[in-house]
Amino acid sequence: MSEPMLKAVNLQCERGDRILFQGLDVSIVPGTVTRVEGPNGAGKTTLLRILAGLNDSYSGEVLWCGEPRAWHREAFHRNLLYIGHRPGIKPLLTPLENLRSLTSVRRPLSDESLCQALDGTGLHGYHHAQCRSLSAGQQRRVALARLLVSDEPLWILDEAFTALDYHGVAGLEQLLSDHAASGGAVVITTHHDLDLPGMHRLRLGAGEASHEL
Amino acid sequence: MNSEAPEMTLAAVRVPVWRAMAAIIRRDLRASLRQRQDLLNPLLFFFMVVTLFPLGVSPEVSFLQQAGTGILWVAALLSTLLSLDHLFRHDFDDGTLEQMMLQPQPLFLLVLAKSLAHWLLTGLPLVMLAPVLGIMLHLDGNSIGILCLTLLIGTPVLSLIGAIGAALTLGLRAGGVLLSLLIIPLYIPVLIFGTGTVAAASNGAPVGGYLALMMAFLVLAVTLAPFASAAALKISLSNS
Amino acid sequence: MWQFIRQLFHKFGSPKWFYGIASKMMPWLLAIGLILLLAGLVWGLAFAPAERLQGNSYRIIFIHVPSAFLAQSIYIMMAVAAVVTLVWRMKLADLFVRAVAPVGAVLTFLALFTGAVWGKPTWGTWWVWDARLTSMLILLFLYFGVIVLMSAIADEKSSARGVAVLVLVGVVNIPIIKYSVEWWNTLHQPATFKLTEKPSMAPEMWVPLLFAVLGLYLLFGWLACLRMQTEILKRERRTRWVRDLAAAGGN
Repeated sequence: MSEPMLKAVNLQCERGDRILFQGLDVSIVPGTVTRVEGPNGAGKTTLLRILAGLNDSYSGEVLWCGEPRAWHREAFHRNLLYIGHRPGIKPLLTPLENLRSLTSVRRPLSDESLCQALDGTGLHGYHHAQCRSLSAGQQRRVALARLLVSDEPLWILDEAFTALDYHGVAGLEQLLSDHAASGGAVVITTHHDLDLPGMHRLRLGAGEASHEL
Repeated sequence: MNSEAPEMTLAAVRVPVWRAMAAIIRRDLRASLRQRQDLLNPLLFFFMVVTLFPLGVSPEVSFLQQAGTGILWVAALLSTLLSLDHLFRHDFDDGTLEQMMLQPQPLFLLVLAKSLAHWLLTGLPLVMLAPVLGIMLHLDGNSIGILCLTLLIGTPVLSLIGAIGAALTLGLRAGGVLLSLLIIPLYIPVLIFGTGTVAAASNGAPVGGYLALMMAFLVLAVTLAPFASAAALKISLSNS
Repeated sequence: MWQFIRQLFHKFGSPKWFYGIASKMMPWLLAIGLILLLAGLVWGLAFAPAERLQGNSYRIIFIHVPSAFLAQSIYIMMAVAAVVTLVWRMKLADLFVRAVAPVGAVLTFLALFTGAVWGKPTWGTWWVWDARLTSMLILLFLYFGVIVLMSAIADEKSSARGVAVLVLVGVVNIPIIKYSVEWWNTLHQPATFKLTEKPSMAPEMWVPLLFAVLGLYLLFGWLACLRMQTEILKRERRTRWVRDLAAAGGN
């Protein structure tokens, strides 16, 4: 087993009066897909946002390549691709413009390779339509096109399979396996029945109603 | 999983921060130009509020000449305030704000780019409309010139300080009014010096010093406000 | 070193620890504060000599000055607490801001009100757009902003940090606001028209004033402790020590 790229030690997070999780250790190793599971309200999204560095109201430590993540904020973000519930697609821009503005701040790419990525997610012929005219599934695909041109080793995907049709699901599953096989790591939540060979599972409980200190 | 542990390769490309800032500004301008009505609204509001004063107080030339600068400045301030709610709201709703937080560049500079885009889309048009309204309020040419200059220096300050309030109230239900309550007291110095400079000019006093002081406000706002906005954004997003 | 400071903060940051200390200090703060304030007020209002120009109406400074003084320093204290909240995430610092912001607003209002009352006999008008009164009015707006934001953000931690950012932005602005208001004042009004021109103070006047200021500070300390204790009980109601306290019939 190689060194974990992202490691969380003794995480605790509360929401209101409720403890979502405590004493949680997470270790994300290159070459793996980790699926975070649990009932609604168990804190799946919260955990993913903590791992991505969006939510910082937690206690515990998050390490990036063995060192506190806070020391390496920019390096960490350079190596992380996060797609959340809200996929980051501007409805007024076209898929191509969206993809370009999302990738150009990380790694400038030619329009050609961006178009190829869009074609790869089945958006052929929609490159220049405004995203507000696309369906939810198509908008999701615009965001997922980032995965095709990604050089970030760590992917954190929240509900990545939402609104995708049958072909989209199959394509995405393939993409995740390939990414892991080439040394990347994926953390994912999904309601879809995902089961990849060698997939890690991280189960979050329903949380406790009250706590004692 | 493969028996042999795969190697991890880290992403190495660094995009210079100015390019990332330019990308944000370009994206915001492009999106706004496709929704022109949103651009027009603060301008129309500016126009209408100014019209209320001759109607509500007095159309007499002497009154308008005396109060004109104040009216224009207050109206510009209010229209800026009105437009601030949108500054981060759209990005928040569609998730681009989250993506901005995760960009591998210093967040305060990206926030600075957002504020600059906001100024280009609201502040600058207000400055350009101001001379027309100045003529309607019977201001003389010299005053109009100085007025536009003060607005040109002052409106970016409004955008920068306003961004702090917009970031703090992001995702709150009472957003708009709350934002105004937080921000108006902070706008007072800019308003005072904006109108005061024009008043001094019409009394024949030299205004170079006052303009320099306003520039100092601008420099202060450019250097400090983005840090506060970035901190506020982190807090607001941390719990959404 | 850093670790040590952290531990220290952890200890002093503990609500339980504070609750105990506050309970011990509060009777003293209340007693000494009341004595000083009453002494200062009685002395100032009844025994100090009348002022040469303003006669007896100047006596309102024994209320006006202490409240204006405290109103401004409370905001500064809040700013210090805000830094602590942001840097060390100390709960107690946020509790302090929450507890004293309304007190600060009330005192600011009191300062404005007494200023207005003072203006009536002196210049025959309730409100003068005087530089200091205007600054106080803007300070009141700043307090309002903090209070409103405090109640608008539901989540405890976000609220603490959001309010801290606002308080800091406000405190950076206070000197700028003061300076601009003073400049604005000279621009629009002749310099002679100053409401809060300090009367020349004889020791018989400023000693009681000093008493009143100190007394009000101590009373403020008492009130801050009381309000913080209340908030602590509310927040920590599920913890064992609060339940034990309640079971023991409170203290």
